[in-house]
Amino acid sequence: MNIGVGLPTSTSGISAELLFEWAKRADAGPFSTLGVVDRVAYQNYEPFTALAAAAAVTSRVRLATMVAIAPLRNTALLAKQAASLDALSGGRLTLGLAVGARGEDYAASGIDSRGRGRRFGEQLEAIRDIWEEGKIGPTPKAPGPRVLVGGSSGEALARMARYAEGYMHGGGPPRAFAGAAAKALTAWSDLGRPGKPQLWGMGYFALGEGTAQAGAEYLRHYYAFTGPFAEKIAAGNLTSPGAIADFIRGYEDAGCDELVLFPTVSDLGQVERLAEVIR
Amino acid sequence: MRYAVLGAGPSGLYFALLAKKANPSDEVLVVERNPPDATFGWGVVFSEETLGALRDADYETYTEIGESFARWNAIDIYYQDTKIRSRGHVFTGISRKVLLNILQRRCRALGVRLEFEHEVRDLGEFEGADLIVGADGINGLVRRTYAEFFKAQVVVHPTKYVWFGSDLPLDAFTFIFRRNDHGLFQVHAYPFDARTCTFIVECPEDAWRRAGLESASEADSIAYCEALFQPELRGRRLMSNRSLWVNFATLRQESWHHGNVVLLGDAAHTAHFSIGSGTKLAMEDSIALVDALRRHGDLAAALNDYEMERQPMVERFQEAALESSSYFEHVSRYAHFDPRQFAFNLLTRSRRITYINLTQRDPELVRTVDSWFAAAATGSPDGAVRLSPPPMFTPFRIGQRSIPNRVAIAAGSDLEAAARLGAGLVITEFVSVTEDGRITPETPVIDRAEQDNLRSAVERIHLAGSRVALQLGHAGRRGSMRPRSQGVDRPLRQGGWRLMAASPIAYTPHAALPKAMTGRDIDHVVKVFALAAKAAAGCGLDALELNFAQGYLVAGFISPLTNRRSDEFGGSLENRMRFPLQVLDAVRVAWERPLLIRISASDWADGGLTPDESVEIGAMLKAHGGDLVHAVMGQTVWESRPDYRRLFAVPASDRIRNEAGIPTIASGNITTADDVNTILAAGRADLCILALSASG
Repeated sequence: MNIGVGLPTSTSGISAELLFEWAKRADAGPFSTLGVVDRVAYQNYEPFTALAAAAAVTSRVRLATMVAIAPLRNTALLAKQAASLDALSGGRLTLGLAVGARGEDYAASGIDSRGRGRRFGEQLEAIRDIWEEGKIGPTPKAPGPRVLVGGSSGEALARMARYAEGYMHGGGPPRAFAGAAAKALTAWSDLGRPGKPQLWGMGYFALGEGTAQAGAEYLRHYYAFTGPFAEKIAAGNLTSPGAIADFIRGYEDAGCDELVLFPTVSDLGQVERLAEVIR
Repeated sequence: MRYAVLGAGPSGLYFALLAKKANPSDEVLVVERNPPDATFGWGVVFSEETLGALRDADYETYTEIGESFARWNAIDIYYQDTKIRSRGHVFTGISRKVLLNILQRRCRALGVRLEFEHEVRDLGEFEGADLIVGADGINGLVRRTYAEFFKAQVVVHPTKYVWFGSDLPLDAFTFIFRRNDHGLFQVHAYPFDARTCTFIVECPEDAWRRAGLESASEADSIAYCEALFQPELRGRRLMSNRSLWVNFATLRQESWHHGNVVLLGDAAHTAHFSIGSGTKLAMEDSIALVDALRRHGDLAAALNDYEMERQPMVERFQEAALESSSYFEHVSRYAHFDPRQFAFNLLTRSRRITYINLTQRDPELVRTVDSWFAAAATGSPDGAVRLSPPPMFTPFRIGQRSIPNRVAIAAGSDLEAAARLGAGLVITEFVSVTEDGRITPETPVIDRAEQDNLRSAVERIHLAGSRVALQLGHAGRRGSMRPRSQGVDRPLRQGGWRLMAASPIAYTPHAALPKAMTGRDIDHVVKVFALAAKAAAGCGLDALELNFAQGYLVAGFISPLTNRRSDEFGGSLENRMRFPLQVLDAVRVAWERPLLIRISASDWADGGLTPDESVEIGAMLKAHGGDLVHAVMGQTVWESRPDYRRLFAVPASDRIRNEAGIPTIASGNITTADDVNTILAAGRADLCILALSASG
């Protein structure tokens, strides 16, 4: 199982300097991927812009949207943006896509959230055609950036199995990941797709004296849209090396191919501390 | 801390005494609208596990409860004039009244304030409380007051049931099934002391109406049930205690707390009575809540922690309870079962107990079932119990052929790799009846070359001991797609071919529009299927499987979502089945060996095929000479709502097999031998597709 680290684009007080430095340290560290989240009506950096910035100061680490909310974006531009980022980073992009969970992002974008699932399906069908046809460049090296799909519904899993190379889970304890992964594998074989999907997981962490409280506060704020569930997510923050090690072991046992751990505090020291745990 | 507890049932009282014990300086008030000695319901059941939790939480009440317990380890099943006893299931029961008295006494001794006959109309009454505990049941005030935060989802079950008591002495959890002119009635009865038992009667709503129970008084209901279950009651009587016929409601809520208000037991969640876990779950809630309050100084964190600990546990019981209640709602489907299979099916109904679990609890019963199953499978006399293989390794006779075991594998392109696994039946990948019926350019067509390939592959597979079924189909509007290694249902950009379907509706937004089939097209496809069957007959194959499923050509006629025709091939189910049955008839003439038909039992989409229709389809296929239905789900339309849970197509197989009376193959992520044996022994299918790729 590969282990990646999140780029802090949504925690508070992130300067451009911190972001660059974070990306460089991750590139130098034992991490496979730098992941970014996506939302509109929130104080965070836009994911493709942030990854493009990270691409400019890194050379090795892979770059992943986890996940970009596809129906908020024009399909041709989304395909072009992803192809551009992939080209400028030397083919390092993993494109995670989903419909997202927040009505406010749709409202803020002036896009009707009804029918978003169907529109997302159409986008998935179109994106790889766009890359292959070559009319809207840059044309990526075949077969193009790896596309992964997130979401927990049966619809999402069927779209994943039809059009994507794998599944991106939205977070939770290893048991929750294992349940979702089993369904993703089932959808894949039920639709008659040969081989196996890539399985990606994510988690949250805060390491070091006094960071647990701040991390929990961030998660409560970030997940306020889920109502009382935000408390549960905050309680799941990994705040000790032991908790992270257990979490990693649980995900590995559940068949995860790549696990990306996202910071919950804006502190450069987090990269080093996480690196120590996973080395 | 000051606690106000609404409701003096087991969860409210147990919470109160545990909270007071944990911190004697806390003020704990319990209010209850009924008097202290009023009890509704008769006995309650606990498992060993729950008793352990009660022992650790409060030893004093545990000891008293233990002295008042009835313990037993058997389940008796009365069905078709036989009685089957299964052992090894440990239960304990106690009178609800005795339990409440023990808890009340302990509350008083610890200094909990109990106020009975206190009707609360507004929670404003408890303004001074630090925590308000809603233990006041599914219709309680606390739940109603904050309903918008708890976000309830209520499922009302279709059967009618009533709680009676009886002076019938029982030494087992007892199920009785009795059919009369009005319908099928069942009893769930369990002892709670040496002389008394709880006696629940349940029946479908139409039987209840026919029996005149809708307008019956309590006395009339008792008289009716006493007469109906006279042989088992052996002259004992039924007793009423506000015993009214009702429908059970399963309650789930997104959240069990809001601000300083928290829910316990039935106020938070309910689970169908047929798995007997209501009081157990309620008292475990109380323990968890008090523990969480002790662990956290912060109330919000404690309530959150309580909910996080209990919700997954309760959800598991609710899922099992839904499976169990669904079994009882449809039990007449199994009324023709041999009593041994009936018993196995009943005991494994909630999926919490499988073949292996039951073998551990009651090896003798499982030996009996295995022995009966193997005798039936081989046509041997049904006599003494003898050592027999588990159902998975018994042969299955179909026509003149015998499949050596009950596992089927849906093969990919490598047929022989599938055969090497040792499955009894290998079903090939989709083979098209014609060039333009292919799914992708890689889809094989039953031409000369393919026939040669098949002939030699089948010979080798026969040597390995497996049987082979050739899957024949026509892709219809799902044709002209790219190879599936590049994704599924992605239209070919070049080198595609023209598509046809029941109606001109493209499969995906970017797929080519199929033309609607004319009468000539229909006749042609019927002929092509028959020719393909004839061609297959020369390949040494053991069976054919016609693919009438998954949105391909023939399936397109069956679903109302994809068949918009106004001729004799569209509209009613009879019309929609006309073309599929013409194909089946033509193939049946050309092919004498076993014939399987794969159907999508549900479209997983609004306006799609109904479960009742899938049963009718099963009956039509049987009437037209089909030997076996392979039940799968979905793929009828591009946008649907699939449900990929474990064993997802087994319920459809169960229904079709036992309502249409045709053997079935079950599929849907069946991954273990334990699952296969459970499904077979319970009579939910005759063969199982083992999903090896999805198991890891």
